[in-house]
Amino acid sequence: MCMRITEHVILGQEETAKLVEITVDGKPLMAKEGEPILAALLAENMIINRYTVKRKEARGLFCGIGQCTDCAMIVNGKPNVRTCITPVEQGMVIKTQYGVGEGDGEDD
Amino acid sequence: MISKEIVIAGAGPAGLAAAIEAAKAGAKEVLVVDLNLKPGGQLFKQIHKFFGSSAHRSGTRGIDIGNQLLTEAKEYGVEIWVNSAAVGLFHDRIISIEKGLDSGEKELVNIQAQKIILATGASENVVRFKGWTLPGIMGAGAAQTMINVNRVKPGNKVVMLGSGNVGLIVSYQLMQAGCDVVALIEAAPKIGGYGVHAAKIRRAGVPIYTSHTIIEAKGTERVSEVVIAELDRSWNPIPGTEKVLEADVVTLAAGLKPISDLVRLHDLKCVYNAAFGGWVPKHDRNMESTQPGIYVVGDTTGVEEANTALEEGRLAGVAAAERLGYLTQTDASALKDDIWERLDGLRMGPFGEKRMVAKNQILAAFPECAK
Amino acid sequence: MALEECGYITREELEQFGLFPSEERFKQGPVAVIECIQEIPCNPCEAACPRNAIQIGAPITTLPMLNEKLCTGCGICIAKCPGLAIFTVDKTYSGDEATVSFPYEYVPLPVKDEIVEAVNRVGEVVCKGRIIKVLNPKAYDRTPVVTVAIEKEFADEVRSMKRK
Repeated sequence: MCMRITEHVILGQEETAKLVEITVDGKPLMAKEGEPILAALLAENMIINRYTVKRKEARGLFCGIGQCTDCAMIVNGKPNVRTCITPVEQGMVIKTQYGVGEGDGEDD
Repeated sequence: MISKEIVIAGAGPAGLAAAIEAAKAGAKEVLVVDLNLKPGGQLFKQIHKFFGSSAHRSGTRGIDIGNQLLTEAKEYGVEIWVNSAAVGLFHDRIISIEKGLDSGEKELVNIQAQKIILATGASENVVRFKGWTLPGIMGAGAAQTMINVNRVKPGNKVVMLGSGNVGLIVSYQLMQAGCDVVALIEAAPKIGGYGVHAAKIRRAGVPIYTSHTIIEAKGTERVSEVVIAELDRSWNPIPGTEKVLEADVVTLAAGLKPISDLVRLHDLKCVYNAAFGGWVPKHDRNMESTQPGIYVVGDTTGVEEANTALEEGRLAGVAAAERLGYLTQTDASALKDDIWERLDGLRMGPFGEKRMVAKNQILAAFPECAK
Repeated sequence: MALEECGYITREELEQFGLFPSEERFKQGPVAVIECIQEIPCNPCEAACPRNAIQIGAPITTLPMLNEKLCTGCGICIAKCPGLAIFTVDKTYSGDEATVSFPYEYVPLPVKDEIVEAVNRVGEVVCKGRIIKVLNPKAYDRTPVVTVAIEKEFADEVRSMKRK
């Protein structure tokens, strides 16, 4: 399901953006270069970014401006990256974060 | 340590207006820092036409005001650092900035400023109810960012909580983005925001449930159902009035509170004001705080709206430029009188009165301190 | 008032505030109906009217008053109102039809001659409507204005159309 807004009465037609390939939990995904990682995921209706440490509860987009950390994921091996304010780059490897992301990173 | 004439924390309407006004008066080395990747604060989410006076760009969409401000700031040589948070405020007007570098790294820069203007804005309040942490439940501002800035829908069927102008406007904008707004829920017996905003969403078929609240959000790993109930006069849910609404998004628009971290860091004297959303710094008619040379403007001084933020920013910009010797007292007074007249106009009427009273209380609370 | 509790204006409220044009005026052709009854700081409609038919003055929170003799129902004010609260109604459009022009900021826009569902102030479908015109010039700044023809008896009720 594509959640992108292609036409808008005020914002006009969606501008064509450079598409790049990223990997989300092992699966390839095309995203717009420079858009927040979270937006690229949301466009595919993927709303869960992480699971909490103790109760293992799902969390996702909450503030959208880098304040609340509910959208933290593991990006290129680095845990606790706020995906709502981190721009997409070609080849990014993104993983759902479990707990504080310890041991889930690829590099550390 | 580097030095600047004026450092402004926050590149929203208040901060940008302050920078433009000061630079227009002749101030050099005006720097605005902002922690976001783009300047403009919340203006670029505001795709609706603003209220206000036709003499001052009312009827212009927030996004376009944002672009106009950025053009003007550039024209007057204002320097803007994005991805750069102000993280410290010290004696003798030293401000620490965690500056974002092109490499993606951050560098700590201490700046000796002659004047500092704090325009850090406000943050959204949350409302807790059973299930409120489920994915799909988010701030109204978060949903607004997704639809109007990133052009993605957070979901398809939305329940909005809160009928202030944010709740009403974001409901409308969600429909413009192609979402359905299932209902708007308001705990108070009356709609909080402007009637014209409410009328827009009613015409579009959105029911508004006043004296109702959300009891529970249900769903596995994403909200799928919202239980609402009517409230009695003591704000308690009335048993038996529960209704279940299907929704995959719940947006919370329960007001905002001033962001006052820097204010508290440097012990600017504050006063609690419920009408303004919480603790706000005391200031005088120049927007100068109890710490000489440090000004406070916009939502930082009490949650209002973009027009008042712009005018308060202008006020501080003029006042700071005057102190730096770029404006004569006569010229500065004339400019400030004009701005105050417009601010008074914006704080009139049934929606403005409370804010007018609140602002006057804050001005009255400002102690006569040595200048 | 209904507006504060329910979010819509009733005809009675408009009449109470002197904002509903007289039946005599409606008989003379198109006229603006300004559905703005709260004192909010806003005045672009005043400057928008080429015939100075809308007056606000000072303070800026004063309610707009329409001089129905000066108003020609041209509709320029519709797109200028940030609150999207101005409509024009022409009860003389034809023998049995009236037209209502309203701001409509959604896509897709309707097209001329399309049959749409006309809705009232609470979004209920009251009748079918035929699209007469859809204006969206640059001066309207992305607030398209839709004119729909409807049965005359619904002219005071219809204020928008069901989204497509």
